[in-house]
Amino acid sequence: MRSLPMTNIRPAQASDLTAISALDERETGLAKPEYWREMLAPDRHFLVAETEKGALAGFIAGEIRAWEFGQPAAGWVFAIQIDPKLRLKGVGSELFEALVARFKEKGVTRVRTLVERKDHLILSFFRAQGMVAGPSLQLDIDVT
Amino acid sequence: MKLQTATRLGLYAILELARDPERTLSSAELAERFGVSSHHLAKVLGTLSNAGLVRGGRGAAGGYRFTGNRRRITLMDIVALFEPVPGNRAKEPGEDTDIGAALQRVLVEIDEIAEATLASITLETMLKSKDSL
Repeated sequence: MRSLPMTNIRPAQASDLTAISALDERETGLAKPEYWREMLAPDRHFLVAETEKGALAGFIAGEIRAWEFGQPAAGWVFAIQIDPKLRLKGVGSELFEALVARFKEKGVTRVRTLVERKDHLILSFFRAQGMVAGPSLQLDIDVT
Repeated sequence: MKLQTATRLGLYAILELARDPERTLSSAELAERFGVSSHHLAKVLGTLSNAGLVRGGRGAAGGYRFTGNRRRITLMDIVALFEPVPGNRAKEPGEDTDIGAALQRVLVEIDEIAEATLASITLETMLKSKDSL
């Protein structure tokens, strides 16, 4: 079985922020502690997975948004990050499933995310969760 | 999107074999399952075999079985064996003009989206979604 034994999923707390920021900075090269602090707001869903020793294994953050871009309420996944040493053990899937369960409790029937199209690794992860291309196309312009 | 026949047959064969890596199927059996040419499929299986994704063969009765990693191999890995790699092609006449360059940007955008789709779907993901149909 791929699952990490005794991985515990729970809502993130202020005391997790240092470890969350550090993990994210290691993976993205960008420090954004304020962004993660804002994810603790009550309307956000911010979950962490911890190992049985209480260390951070990964986190996921999202929110239910209605009528953005004319679309009815959907659960949005803003971020997911897993400690590289603990990948391929199902932690990401557990976090995703826990977030989806919370969205469903709130009556949401669709879950969405945005992924950099050259990031095939994270695209593969969401595909493996059953996600497919959504109804929208993201458009973008450089206005410098 | 239109795939070349060899690409389509390659995807049929690899997915059917990856469904059950213990099982051995001949090119004739695979051809019958999909209603396609056994001769053409045998050539495609040769390509898959050279790429180390299947093992077996030797004659019409020889069977093949899947030897790759379902969770690692993506649809793009198979497509790339049979189709020209996007972005790795000869320059077309007129591409250096402003219209040619503008058209090229559109075609690159389409290629990138197609590649993102094919490269993010593993055989495992494909076979799981089929099971849930």
